[in-house]
Amino acid sequence: MRFTRTSKMLSVAALAALSLSACGGGSSESGTTSGTTGATDAVIVVDGSEPQNPLIPTSTNEVGGGAILDLIFAGLVSYDADGKPQNEMAESIETEDAQTYTIKLKEGKTFTNGDPVTASSFVDAWNYGAAAKNAQLSSYFFESIEGYDEASAEGSTVETMSGLTVVDDTTFTVTLAQPESDWPLRLGYSAFFPLPAAALEDPAAFGENPIGNGPYKFASEGAWQHNQQIELVPNDEYEGPQAAQNAGVTFKIYQNDTTAYQDLISDNLDVLKTIPTSDIKNFKNDLGERSIESPYAGNQTIAIPYYLPNWDGEAGKLRRQALSMAINRDEITEVIFNNGRTPAKDFTAPVLDGYSEDLPGSENLEYNPDEAKKLWAEAEKIEPYDASQPLTIGYNADKGDHKTWVEAVVNNIKNNLGIEISGKPYATFKEARTEATEETLSGALRAGWQADYPSLYNFLGPIYATGAGSNDARYSNPEFDQQLTDGLAASSVEEGNEAMNKAQEDLLEDLPAIPLWYQVAQGGWSNNVDNVEFGWNGVPLYYAITGK
Amino acid sequence: MVWYIARRFLQLIPVFLGATLLVYFLVFSLPGDATAAICGERGCTPAVVAGLREQYNLDQPFWIQYLLYLKGVLTFDLGTNFSGRPIATIIAEVFPTTAKLAIMALVIEAVFGIVFGLIAGLRKGRIFDSSVLVLSLIVIAVPIFVLGFLMQFLIGVKLQWTNPTVSGDATFTELLLPAIVLGLVSFAYVLRLTRTSIIENVNADYVRTATAKGLSRRRVVVVHVLRNSLIPVVTFLGADLGALMGGAIVTEGIFNVNGVGNTLYRAVLNGDGPMVVSIVTFLILIFCLANLLVDLLYAWLDPRIRYA
Repeated sequence: MRFTRTSKMLSVAALAALSLSACGGGSSESGTTSGTTGATDAVIVVDGSEPQNPLIPTSTNEVGGGAILDLIFAGLVSYDADGKPQNEMAESIETEDAQTYTIKLKEGKTFTNGDPVTASSFVDAWNYGAAAKNAQLSSYFFESIEGYDEASAEGSTVETMSGLTVVDDTTFTVTLAQPESDWPLRLGYSAFFPLPAAALEDPAAFGENPIGNGPYKFASEGAWQHNQQIELVPNDEYEGPQAAQNAGVTFKIYQNDTTAYQDLISDNLDVLKTIPTSDIKNFKNDLGERSIESPYAGNQTIAIPYYLPNWDGEAGKLRRQALSMAINRDEITEVIFNNGRTPAKDFTAPVLDGYSEDLPGSENLEYNPDEAKKLWAEAEKIEPYDASQPLTIGYNADKGDHKTWVEAVVNNIKNNLGIEISGKPYATFKEARTEATEETLSGALRAGWQADYPSLYNFLGPIYATGAGSNDARYSNPEFDQQLTDGLAASSVEEGNEAMNKAQEDLLEDLPAIPLWYQVAQGGWSNNVDNVEFGWNGVPLYYAITGK
Repeated sequence: MVWYIARRFLQLIPVFLGATLLVYFLVFSLPGDATAAICGERGCTPAVVAGLREQYNLDQPFWIQYLLYLKGVLTFDLGTNFSGRPIATIIAEVFPTTAKLAIMALVIEAVFGIVFGLIAGLRKGRIFDSSVLVLSLIVIAVPIFVLGFLMQFLIGVKLQWTNPTVSGDATFTELLLPAIVLGLVSFAYVLRLTRTSIIENVNADYVRTATAKGLSRRRVVVVHVLRNSLIPVVTFLGADLGALMGGAIVTEGIFNVNGVGNTLYRAVLNGDGPMVVSIVTFLILIFCLANLLVDLLYAWLDPRIRYA
């Protein structure tokens, strides 16, 4: 079918409206898919980690605080279990050109302190998040909005973005710097949550005792007992797809997963979202039907910087392909992770809309030692390998359990290509990050990516676009960049996805990073609860959990 | 005596200055940029990084950073950690829990160690002595995390006598199991020290004299043998208190105790200078005070020792 320009634009508007308003309420049934309704008077105890920053949406950039924010706030949209956006505060989000969006809010929504949720609640919060003087960690989420550059520049005193305009109490418009058809998909991420006026008056105090508009609220002033627990109770004013099916969620803060697991199997903890590595082999036996394996939007890759000798140019490309083909992903995911990961076929993740497992070039991610040797030999002909700078694969040794799989990958490569290679542990995460930022990495670095919002672009733009914030490999390919821009400007999500996958073909050929596997959430629950389901991002749908 | 104590307190000042300077320098020299820990996997924009550096004085050279910190300490303001929380509040939160745990562990190791050591020493070479020696050898040889996980699994998960982890309230019963684990290794040392010391003293002249005077065996053992044998044990216990306060990282991790060790560990990983220095300085002061107490106890245990 061929579209004229006008009909294209109409279809964008229709699609945006459709995808955002039609599927509200979808998740209330997903919470009770098993057909049994559990006790709704139970307080659920779940594992959490200490939020690293005050609980202000734009200054939270890690999962500990993110899990709490997602329950106490409701954005314009939220994501259901499959990552489909559903309207929360938004009545409608409409656009004709994918660049100017008109957002209408539902009437009568309030924060838990009684303040109404208005257009200013969103606009002021976003401006606060973007302004350089507030140094908010998630400020870059607003980068698409017109006027972001002025507000976020170092030392800038501009406090508002010109692209945001309040029309009336329940309407505001957003103008982007360029058309982006997947922009509405981002609006469920915590950085885009609204804030009551009190938050901006005294952010520090607000961060200790946040006031939100979501399905839950703080049980009382001081419900955040640092490093111990955070107690949430249902917000009775809340009406929407995430309505609480229990009498409260208490996040118990653990220093490590192993300890949490002991609490889970003795029924002192109701839900554990990550089974510790040491128990991956036996958690299905321990828990039986109370265990879950649920793929989510995350992956693991090894980024190889282009500023390393040996890994640039035509020879570098061949070597990257050889490396990738020398890794037996099937064996490692089976033996080390007990199938708790699935071998990667692309640079994104299977739960996303538009994912394809047989993109041209995905054969570069398949185990093929003979071809790997051949490619390596070819590269040798172009430019001999400088063996005085053997490759290392860096990983941080302080969090997560990366040593085991890094060693396995190293052995694969060593055995199949016969080159000198080793794992390189960094004592702390920050040490590895600093080297990546300052371009002083002496080898490859493992990189895990977990989606902020369910979109292919989120796995490509921030990591592989020229000059992007997380582009550790310092990859720069104008053709790839152009395809990303085209994809964003596409008139429909489908067309956009097609362009994103086209862009991925470049990545699969160049391999700035070597995709290894997709993440699978491995979790479990106690004998006291029911209806536990994990969402598209690997986080349990806390609101849907019931007692037994 | 008063002068002696006053002098010891004055000695704390150079110790404090030296320790803070050294620790601050060590944290400062840790590789990696502290803002990288704050920004996480996603990184921040350069403007945000600049804002953070200014907020935590990270844009200043080492000496300025240290002097600013020192100025804060002298005005009773320890500043905030990288999560924006006052350091004094955090110490006040975690310190009582760790102190409770350390004192419980100390009491357990002292009481059981001295009693068992005394009996073993008096019955040297007999079956009780040999079995206690073998037992203590095993306890010393097994790493503490093995002991910790084993006891947690057996007592907390299988038998369910107690919760496997410690809640925020950190009640006496909850802390009992971690305290036993924490005290076990030192218990073995205390036992062996006491035993050896008792064996040496049991044949000393004054013991023979005391027995010859016609004192009861009970009085000879408790007042003469035991009291004189306690000096090395007390020295050990004093040093151990400091180790228990700061070195319980493994045990605190296993039992999820929100204590000093865990807080310190996290602060080191994040390169959170002021936080690390504040906690370590605090620990050093406790260590010094415990040692002062030990020195004063010497005089009480052995009348031949006098301080002037």
